[in-house]
Amino acid sequence: MMKEVLSPAYTTFLGLPGSFWGVLIPLVGIACFLYIVARRLIPLAKAAPDPRFDRINLRIKNLFRYWLFQYKQPRYIVAGVIHIVIFAGFLVLSIRSISLVIEGFYPDFVFPGLGGFLGKVYSVLKTYFATFVFIACIVAVIRRVVFKPERYKVPPKYGKEHTFEAIFVLALIGSLMVFESLFEASSGTKEALPPLTLAWFFKLILPTSSISFLQSVHTTSYFIHDFIFFFFLCFLPFGKHFHVLTSIFNVFFMKLDRGVVKPVRYGISEEELDNLEYFGIKYFEDFTWKHMLDFYTCVDCGRCSDNCPANFVGRPLSPRFLTIKSREYMFDRFPVLGLIKPKEPVVGKIFEEDEIWSCTTCGACEEECPVCNEYINKIVDLRRGLVDEGNVPQTIQKALNALEKRGNPYGKMESKRLEWAKSLEGIEVKEVSKKFKPEVLYFVDSATSYDERLQEIAKATATILTKAGVNFGVLGKKEKDSGHEVRRFGEEFLFMTLRDMNTEAILESGASLIVTSDPHAYNCLKKDYSDIPPVEHITEFILRLINEGKIKLKPIEQDDLVFTYHDPCYLGRHNLLYDVPRMVLDSIPNLKRVEMKRCRDRSFCCGGGGLMLFYEAEEEKRMGQVRAEMAYEAGANVIITACPFCLVNIEDGIKTSGLEGKVRVMDITELILQQLS
Amino acid sequence: MEILVCVKRVPDIGENEIEITSDGKDIKREDLVYSVNEWDNYAVEEAIQIRDKVGGSVTVVSVGDDEWEDVLRREMAMGADKGVLLKDEKFDGSDGKGLATILKAFVEKGNYDLILTGAQASDDGAGQVGGMLAALLDWPFASLVNKIEVVDDKTLRIGREIEGGNQEINEIQLPCVLSIQSGINEPRYVSLRGIRKVASKEIPVYGCEDLGLSEDQVGEKAAKVKRIDYFIPEIGKGAEILEGDLEEVAEKLAELLKAKGGIK
Repeated sequence: MMKEVLSPAYTTFLGLPGSFWGVLIPLVGIACFLYIVARRLIPLAKAAPDPRFDRINLRIKNLFRYWLFQYKQPRYIVAGVIHIVIFAGFLVLSIRSISLVIEGFYPDFVFPGLGGFLGKVYSVLKTYFATFVFIACIVAVIRRVVFKPERYKVPPKYGKEHTFEAIFVLALIGSLMVFESLFEASSGTKEALPPLTLAWFFKLILPTSSISFLQSVHTTSYFIHDFIFFFFLCFLPFGKHFHVLTSIFNVFFMKLDRGVVKPVRYGISEEELDNLEYFGIKYFEDFTWKHMLDFYTCVDCGRCSDNCPANFVGRPLSPRFLTIKSREYMFDRFPVLGLIKPKEPVVGKIFEEDEIWSCTTCGACEEECPVCNEYINKIVDLRRGLVDEGNVPQTIQKALNALEKRGNPYGKMESKRLEWAKSLEGIEVKEVSKKFKPEVLYFVDSATSYDERLQEIAKATATILTKAGVNFGVLGKKEKDSGHEVRRFGEEFLFMTLRDMNTEAILESGASLIVTSDPHAYNCLKKDYSDIPPVEHITEFILRLINEGKIKLKPIEQDDLVFTYHDPCYLGRHNLLYDVPRMVLDSIPNLKRVEMKRCRDRSFCCGGGGLMLFYEAEEEKRMGQVRAEMAYEAGANVIITACPFCLVNIEDGIKTSGLEGKVRVMDITELILQQLS
Repeated sequence: MEILVCVKRVPDIGENEIEITSDGKDIKREDLVYSVNEWDNYAVEEAIQIRDKVGGSVTVVSVGDDEWEDVLRREMAMGADKGVLLKDEKFDGSDGKGLATILKAFVEKGNYDLILTGAQASDDGAGQVGGMLAALLDWPFASLVNKIEVVDDKTLRIGREIEGGNQEINEIQLPCVLSIQSGINEPRYVSLRGIRKVASKEIPVYGCEDLGLSEDQVGEKAAKVKRIDYFIPEIGKGAEILEGDLEEVAEKLAELLKAKGGIK
């Protein structure tokens, strides 16, 4: 009888019984792993609360969508496909890996359910997947070394390139595949292996005549695999590959609501806010545990910064490095070995003030993140900390003081809030009062009320509403700034004051619907206010007027006009109103429309609204200019937007880009007014 | 170091439209909003920074009525340790010297090393109280100070802004009075939360008698400077308001400047 190749547990390796190694390697590996993970959980245990156990069904759905089905990966097609292959391989091979580890001390182990036919199917499947993963690793290494995608670069101020770690891990994964396949190929079985797989290839080149040679290959490859497997497991929590373990939790606990800002501190009601020692993030422990989990889970893929408009124009903000810096700080202050270092203020240590003020809260980073990390709440919490310390740029202080005194950031008089309506001919814009309680309330907000250029939006909106026979009114001098940016700039109490004054005035008006032409006001009234009538953006309202035949639009007469629609962040990404404004545009006969490369959920922020207009950012170029250029590249000569801030920022951008006369920008209400028949 | 900062409540002039009352002696105040005089904010910020460096305390003081408490609270929220209001009907109508007399009486009740005032107030712009206070106390005084360095507990090194942007550095003996120029620092923001935190702090009030002053030293009776008229000058020749939207205005302005040789 021919000798058989034995299971490694029955053989000797490095002079000791296989079963000894088969027990020792997993035991040491698991012990180290548990210790490391326990240490890594320390900062999370010290972190601020963050209740994330609500809406479990939705969370499970998200888990399928973003984790299991890797929904966001193909947004970057090459990297996405490579990742999906490796991820699928990990899932498939996890069963194989567990079985292998157990076979090290219990040779006859068969994974439950994989004894019969199913086991055979699985065996074929996993052999192919091991091969796919191996190929994907090679392609990934080639990409990293030869093609070097721009977004992986590390600017000098953030330290050294991260290429080594990436390649090291790819090498570990690749060798796991190699040794698993070698182990398979050297098992001495007569059964043919699935063709064109790594194992099949190894079986082809291994001599079948010498059982002892096969045996040593079999045993050695097993224990190398066993060792690399546990080494890899323990290595994961030391870098970006921690995501292999944390992403499932990160996605499950992801932020569920768009456009919503977290409360100052979860579990503290508005009335109790006065009892807090300070607001926002002062020490690292003031981040919530989920925000810390975000830092651990970041894959360093660079997609956030690749889409961040602030980063694009050279502002000192990169969402990617905001996270990486935080993670490095966590690793340093809460080390795996040694003592935890004392707490210290994080602004000045990890973050710079300008970095924190540079964010327009456009949400492009969050939209892109494949592991669903969030940024806006972190920025808002950091700003709350700065505001609490009085650390606010002078120009923003002026606007905040004016908001406190006059209810608008310009410091203009309340009695002038309705000035814009004076120049309207034949249209009466009425203030709500005890005698006049309209059905619809038009919430104008500060910029549209006071800025001379933006008043055109108010005029167009009022005219459209009047012509469609809508019974509407405005709050006039009782209207205060919605407070959208006040909140997002971290001045929570001022926001609450503005909100309360507006809420009272809105409820007194008796209106059953609020309409606004400002997406920031729209988002604010919808998400930051409560117990007020439903809110619609003017584009939603206009679309209904068109569908009901209450307004008729005449065709565009000039044939050389090419329109493009710019998605305002707070209408698009934060409220998913991508199609409504486009449907409004497309209902104008003879309107030719093209899309910019960055449109819909990849829309490029105009530069930000509200208080952001008062911030003097360090930047190489204005975002508005970049956007104007993007529209020109798309072949458009009219940019349509649906937000006062987009209008003013892009209009300025057109001037600075030298595209004057080639491209112009209009608000959607201005276009509709122009096309009213 | 014990530091006293004198602050004033003034109407926000930026976007307020100023109208004169019918008797022509004051401006209409109903639609106005008030805040801390801008220069005083710089003075308080400077005082806080000095205190944080060398220790001691910062007191803010103001001569006014109950509404002035808001201003004091704002400065306390910024970081001043104590606010004091000097209030008495008898103070009404005081001129600059009268105000300096009231402040001097208060200073003498304490043990201050350094008194800061704003360079001037943004409403009447008289810029005189600081200097007079120093003279009444017989303390040294420096105006338009834009830099303060503590040398020791007897001496300060101060920078002064000179016409044309030049800089002068002096040493001055304590105790002294300094009037603070804007730009000396970046005053911190005072959040609503900050104001709420000091909302229940008590602000002591001192009247004429508490300060040991007699009626004829202060108020309208003692005032030797009296406002007799107040008006917005009529638009004279050579002044022109350009009409039109922003672009038109800018264009016209550029043409005018070119025509007069202002730009080439």
